[in-house]
Amino acid sequence: MNEAQTTSLEEVFNRRIDAEEKIEPKDWMPEKYRKTHIRQISQHAHSEIVGMLPEGNWISRAPTLRRKVALLAKVQDEAGHGLYLYSAAETLGISRDELLDQLHDGTAKYSSIFNYPTLTWADIGAIGWLVDGAAIMNQVALINTSYGPYSRAMVRICKEESFHQRQGYEILMTLMKGTDEQRAMAQDALDRWWWPSLMMFGPRDDESPNTAQSMRWKLKRKSNDELRQAFVDQTVPQAELIGLRIPDPALCWNEERGHYDFGEIDWDEFRQVVQGNGPCNRERLEARRAAHRNGTWVREAALAHAAKQADRDSLRKAI
Amino acid sequence: MIMNDWPLWEVFIRSRSGLEHRHCGSLHAADAKMALENARDVYTRRNEGVSIWVVPSAQITASQPEEQAELFDPAADKAYRHPTFYVLPEEVRHM
Ligand SMILES: [Fe+2]
Ligand SMILES: [Fe+2]
Repeated sequence: MNEAQTTSLEEVFNRRIDAEEKIEPKDWMPEKYRKTHIRQISQHAHSEIVGMLPEGNWISRAPTLRRKVALLAKVQDEAGHGLYLYSAAETLGISRDELLDQLHDGTAKYSSIFNYPTLTWADIGAIGWLVDGAAIMNQVALINTSYGPYSRAMVRICKEESFHQRQGYEILMTLMKGTDEQRAMAQDALDRWWWPSLMMFGPRDDESPNTAQSMRWKLKRKSNDELRQAFVDQTVPQAELIGLRIPDPALCWNEERGHYDFGEIDWDEFRQVVQGNGPCNRERLEARRAAHRNGTWVREAALAHAAKQADRDSLRKAI
Repeated sequence: MIMNDWPLWEVFIRSRSGLEHRHCGSLHAADAKMALENARDVYTRRNEGVSIWVVPSAQITASQPEEQAELFDPAADKAYRHPTFYVLPEEVRHM
């Protein structure tokens, strides 16, 4: 294909996106669109899967059976989200193995938030409320993204997410109605998870070089700072309602803007965790690698069994 | 052993009786039985279905985007296939 032909294909492609048409797997797409989508969708998938680790840590220690079944169901949902997203990435011509390899050898990233430890039960509340809350904010914005399979995965995921946030908030609400010690535990969880949650929206707009291209492709429908602001505005009243204090002395309502002003994120910490030096980066990756390694015999046995069954079936048919 | 050896399956769910099975996603599984079990765990955790079909993706024959014009454009100028093409007197209310 010559350059002129590629250009006209790209023009048609851009016009389709501008017209809110969805792009489907077999449609022509610029190579950069394909690559960017593989990167973003797989990063999203990895986040769902690695995100199961900090919460899985508390399933066996949930304080009641009700909390336990809820947490178990939530973590199971996240596994499903990972699968929807891996499937969406695979439609772009990359195999599941390649995707997993990229996670396990560290070339692919996942959301840095999961590199923080879950020290107390209240952390499970904070994760549901803040981390899933922030994820929902990002994901709702992606429902109208241009790539069909990604957009459909988002619809399904968003439907399932809302209980995640509610169960988290309910955990903290319950703790805040408890003893002094329980209230302190809830506050401590918020103190530790607040800033990492704000970091989930990524670098500031003026430091986010890919934003323009991603907006064009509707891979992003709102900028990092817009989403972060919306998250703060939504979350502060929820904290106040149950008596939690946001750990930011600069936080205050700005009547003129109609938004909360808030303090500066520690961008140095942000970069450190992204680069692999967070409190749990090594542990998380090792847990993923071990799970994959330890599952090898199961994958092999299932295949051997399937092959044997198929042989038997064809034998039976022959007789 | 690589996961790729587990073939890809397309999953179709009937959400309640009276409705058709609709494509809802895909998954990898070693065989049909596992595909069905996994589809049940992944796609019907909230009563989304009363029946599941799983089909090996490799068995699906699909039309190509390049053929779109050839296949579907001919229908565009056949307005006479639609009821509004036929103009009847006002008095004939419902037909
Ligand atoms: Fe999720
Ligand atoms: Fe979630």
